[in-house]
Formats: sequence, C-alpha cells, structure tokens
Amino acid sequence: MDRDLQATSGNAFMTPEHVRGDEPGSGRGAGGWAGRLRPAMRWESGLALVVVAIAIFGSAVSPQFLTANNFFNLGLNTGEVAIMALPMALIIISGEIDLSVESTLGMSSALLGVLWADHWPMLAIFVVVLVVGALAGALNGLLITRVGLPSLAVTIGTLALYRGIALILLGPRTVSNFPATYTNVGLTAIPHTDLPYSAGIFIVLAVIFGVVLHATPFGRSIYAMGDNAEAALFAGLRVKRAKTTLFIVSGMASALAGVLFTFRLNTAVQNNGVGLSLDVVAIVLLAGVSIFGGKGSIIGVVLAVLAFAGLQNALLLTNFNQEATGVVTGALLLVSVFVPNIAMLVRSIRRAATRAARRMPPEPALSMPRKDT
Amino acid sequence: MTATLAPPREPGSPAPASSRRLAERVFRVREFGIIAVLVVFVAVTAAIQPRFLSSTNIQFILVDATIFALLALGETIVVITRNVDLSVGSVLGLSAFLTARLASSTHGLPLVLVFLAGLGIGLLCGIANGLMVTLGRVPSLVVTLATLYIIRGADVLIVGGSQVVPSSYYPSFLTMSKATVGGIPDLAIVVAVVIAGGAYWLRTYRSGRELYAIGSNPDAARLAGIPMGRRVFTAFALSGAIAGVAGVLWASRYGTVDSTAGTGYELQVIAAVVVGGVAIFGGSGSVVGAAIGALLLQTINSALYVLGVSPNWDQAIAGFLLIVAIVLDRIISLRLTASLRRRSARRGS
Repeated sequence: MDRDLQATSGNAFMTPEHVRGDEPGSGRGAGGWAGRLRPAMRWESGLALVVVAIAIFGSAVSPQFLTANNFFNLGLNTGEVAIMALPMALIIISGEIDLSVESTLGMSSALLGVLWADHWPMLAIFVVVLVVGALAGALNGLLITRVGLPSLAVTIGTLALYRGIALILLGPRTVSNFPATYTNVGLTAIPHTDLPYSAGIFIVLAVIFGVVLHATPFGRSIYAMGDNAEAALFAGLRVKRAKTTLFIVSGMASALAGVLFTFRLNTAVQNNGVGLSLDVVAIVLLAGVSIFGGKGSIIGVVLAVLAFAGLQNALLLTNFNQEATGVVTGALLLVSVFVPNIAMLVRSIRRAATRAARRMPPEPALSMPRKDT
Repeated sequence: MTATLAPPREPGSPAPASSRRLAERVFRVREFGIIAVLVVFVAVTAAIQPRFLSSTNIQFILVDATIFALLALGETIVVITRNVDLSVGSVLGLSAFLTARLASSTHGLPLVLVFLAGLGIGLLCGIANGLMVTLGRVPSLVVTLATLYIIRGADVLIVGGSQVVPSSYYPSFLTMSKATVGGIPDLAIVVAVVIAGGAYWLRTYRSGRELYAIGSNPDAARLAGIPMGRRVFTAFALSGAIAGVAGVLWASRYGTVDSTAGTGYELQVIAAVVVGGVAIFGGSGSVVGAAIGALLLQTINSALYVLGVSPNWDQAIAGFLLIVAIVLDRIISLRLTASLRRRSARRGS
C-alpha cells in the first residue's frame, strides 16, 4: 500500500504533462543545496561545451574570431542584453517574467536624450534615469504582487506603455551630441584590458548577483517561491516584497542598459532597443533557467551570454544576413528547452518500463477508487 | 448573443441553473462594458470632429480592425486553453509576402487559390507550433517565442531586400479589400461571419467547450478524459491558419509588402484579446469580445488621429488601456468569486 501510494504520487507529479502545467516543480524533491546544484551543473557543463564548440566554429570560419579586437566588439554588442539578463534570470527563477525590459531601456534612453538636450548636468541625469527605471520596475512589481495580475499580461502592457512614454518624450527627434567622455564607452576598452565597459559592468554585476542568488537567504528564497509560491508563503517568506524588489532591480538594470546603449550608439531615438526583451529571455532560458521557476544559476547565465554573443558574432563574420540571425537564436532557444524534455521523456519511459517489470499498474487509477483498496 | 442561443448542448455538465445564470450575467456584463466604452468613445470623438463618422473613415477603421479581429479570433482560441501564440505576427508577415508574390507573378490565378496558399502557409506554421507544444511538452510561451524569431528570420532570408509593390498585382487582388456593400467593407462582413461561426463553435460544440475546460483546469480536464493534446494542437493549427489568411488580407490592404510586414502585431493582438475580456490564464472569454477589443483599439488609434492628438501618444494610451483592462478584469473576477462564496454560504446556513 505504501509503495502503491508512492507510485501514485510519483506518477501524478513527475509526468512531463504535469511539468507543462501550472504547478511547476512541485515534484522535484527537497534536494537542498547539493541536490539542486548537481543537475544544474550538468546543464552548465553541457553549455560550456557549446561555448567551446562555438569558439572552434568561429575560429574555423574566420581568422578574425579569436582576436582581441573581435572580443571587444563581441562584448560591446552583447553588454546591455547581458546586464538585463541577470535580473531576468532571478525573476524567471521566482516564477514570473518581465517582457518590458526593452521598453524600460528605450524609455531611459529617451529620458537621457531629452534631459541632455535640456542642458541638465550628466550626473543629475544618471540619478533621474535610474530612479525612473526603479519606478518602472516598481509599477510592474506592484501590479503583479499587490493587485495579483499575471506578470506576462502586466509586462506586455508596460512594454507598450513605457515605449509609448519614450515616444511622447522624444517624438521623432534624435539626440546625438553626447560628450565624448561618455560616448567613449562604445569606442574604448577598460584600460589594460580588451573589455568594453559594458562587459566590465556585466562581470561585476554577475558576481554580485551570483553571491546574492546562491549564498544569501534572500537568494535561496527566490528558488523557494519559484518552486512553490504557496509553500514559500506558508514558510513565512515575504514573497510579494521579494518579487517587487526583483522587478525594481530589473527596472534599474534596464535603465543602466539604456544609458550604455545610448552612449554606445551616440543616439537617443524612441525605438532604441526594440526587440531586445526576446533576446534577454532567450539567453536566460538557454542558461538552463526553467520557465516555470525554481531552477537555474548565474554561472549558466554567464555561459549562455558567451554562447549567444559568440554565435551572433560568428554569424556576423560569415556574412550571414544580419536580420536573419533570429533563425539561429530561435533554434538555439528551442534546442535548449527540448534537450531536458527529451531527457525527462527517456527517464519516464525507463521508469514506466521498470514499473511494468515489477508488475505494478503503470497508470494508477486516479479518477476512480479501485475496489481492492 | 446569449439570449438568442438555445442553452448550450453540453453532455455531462451538471451546472446548476442558478450558477449558469450568474455566469451568463457576468459574461454579458463584460461584453456590454467594452461595447459601452466603444460607443462612448465614438460619440465623444464624433461630437468634437464630425469627420470621424465619414464613410471613408469608417471603412478604413473597419478594414484595419478586420485584420486584427481575425488574428484575435485565432489568438483567443489559443489563450482560452491557457496557452499563448506569440508567432502570429511573423506568420502573417511570411504569408503576406509569399501570397503577394504569388498574386503578382501569376496573374490568371483565382483569388481562392491565393487564400488557400496563405491558409496553407499559416497552417504549416501552426502545426509546427502545436506539435512542439503538445508532443514536445514545451511551454507555448517558449515555443512561439522561438518560432516568432525563426519564422521572421526565414521571412528575411526569403525576401532579402526585395519587396512586392502594388502595381505588380492583378487589380482584383487589391480591390477586394476596398469593395463595399452598403458602405460596409465586404471584408468586414466576411470576417464577422467567420467570427460568428467561431463563437458558435466555442459556445455550442463539445470540442469548443473542452477548450474552456482545458484552460480553466488542466488537471481536471485530463482526469475528465478530454483529449488535451489533440485539442491544444487544433487550437494552434487554427491560430496559424487564421494568421496565414490574415496575411493575404494584409497584402491586399497595404499593397507594399517587405520582410517587416506584421512586426510586433503579436502584442497588439494579445492586447486586443485581453481588452476584449479574455483571461490571459485561460478558461474564460469570448471571440466576440476579442473582436470588439480589436475594433476598440483600432477606433482609439483612428480617433486620436482624427482629433489631432500626436501619433506619439498612441502607444502609451494603448499600453495604459491594456493595463486598465486587466486590472478591471481582475476586479470583476474577484467580485464574482466573492458573490459565489456569499451564495454558497447562504445556501449552507
């Protein structure tokens, strides 16, 4: 009877069908630190192999790929997306999503342009832009946690709203007379290195996010609420406050990315960053973060950024149609979600086979009580 | 629409009459609310600027809204099952270009075949989405996000820098979106009939009702023996096919087609669906509501233009309305739960 019960619960929770449903990960046992990290590490080591493969592919198609100059370009083109991917990873691990990041980027870019055209001092502009980014994130967070709306719908709404505000602020104007001290972030490397400034910022932030996510109670609570929000609430975690914080952080990171984006291109236009949200989500999912929450790591995000940047850069060097790189990004995204599912499918088939071998009922009757029990 | 229909033929749905009446009332209130907003909006705009109600302007609004309403029909079918189809804009773009090229290169071709080609292209995309969601067991958000990229990328690779220009079509391809009957575009009439058909299917047929069951509680739906995979697959295939047909209409409406046709439409379509009262987490909403949502958004765009509001404000207002719509939806559903709870408490005592 005991074994039968176990089989029942195992079957009810572990079927892939269920994982596709709305209560993610409830079946992944309380593995704790080591237990959770082990499957994650497996995903990340696979990802590391992909990065190496892309490096080999890149250097094979172009002798320029493994040059310092190219690394600089590679880091430059991915820096902003990578910075936004860090808070996005935390948000998706917590079981939510933020599709508005590209518009927050655009809004802060427009704000930067407007205030600069109004002759504000640059330092004051930075403060205002970061505060507005935080407010944009706070609005998302409050609508999601306090009003109880689905984050997908809310951030699709603010995706339009924040882009709309950028349009109102800037209209069809283009602001591009930023001082060289700042636009140099798109031209020069950090002294004594080949790293562009945005990549340097990403590395520092990645360390901070990594420590917070993996080594603080707050970080651990993010996994807990992504795994099972209700259980996290009953365990006394302040789920609403934590999620609101994450959205505020995401807004600020997007604002920072907006500043870097504007200086790199030396232009503030209303459509800066259109379409980047999808790139950010693609990177985070490629990193092995589960779309249902509760699973993922910052090491994975860093590796996924490398894979994404390397692949786009290699395609650029092979003169692949620049606007069609979406084909490759999309395919990469699909592969990254199919691989674990195929592994799970194989595992569940194997489990079913062993169960059959033990003459256990493969599909315990859930809808009707059996007569013999 | 609730009054004219016979009670839905639902085998095995023992819903008590009282709760059905309550649900019907809320259903009616939801659509009534959005129609009221639409009427007020039209009245105010027409009072300020009578040109808004000129027949040319109405025709423009209706034709543009028709394309969105059609996409909203497909999207609603998917959203009801607690899924989402983000690839509709890319499917529309691909179908628009390929059918436009077909219509401009082979002049003797009957229009029906052009539409069938668009339908086929969309159907293939929808089948791919549906297979990956149901067989691959990957969440639809991820699958359709990926196919949004992939289909648009394929479109770019096929189109390159080229475009199809209006002068290259045979005339009937362009005039079909301009033809009117009694001041109403033919297109709007046809699409209204299609949407009515969709609404009837979702309300009355078993396969339609089961989509609501799946979206409202997937686990319960599975235990009830509903073929979830097949139903969800059908929803995606339909959404793709509809987006393909919408692509043909898009090409006919705008004439010039390049690789950017329909970019960003997915979010506008979802906005229309949500504004129209379809719950983003599935299980409730109607295609008529979604179609009116599309009409409302299009009317607002046009009204802002006619009133001389800078087009810079369009998107912010659309985003704001979307958020207001989902907040209202949330409040309505909270009230409904509260009233149901009161009702059952009364009955219990």
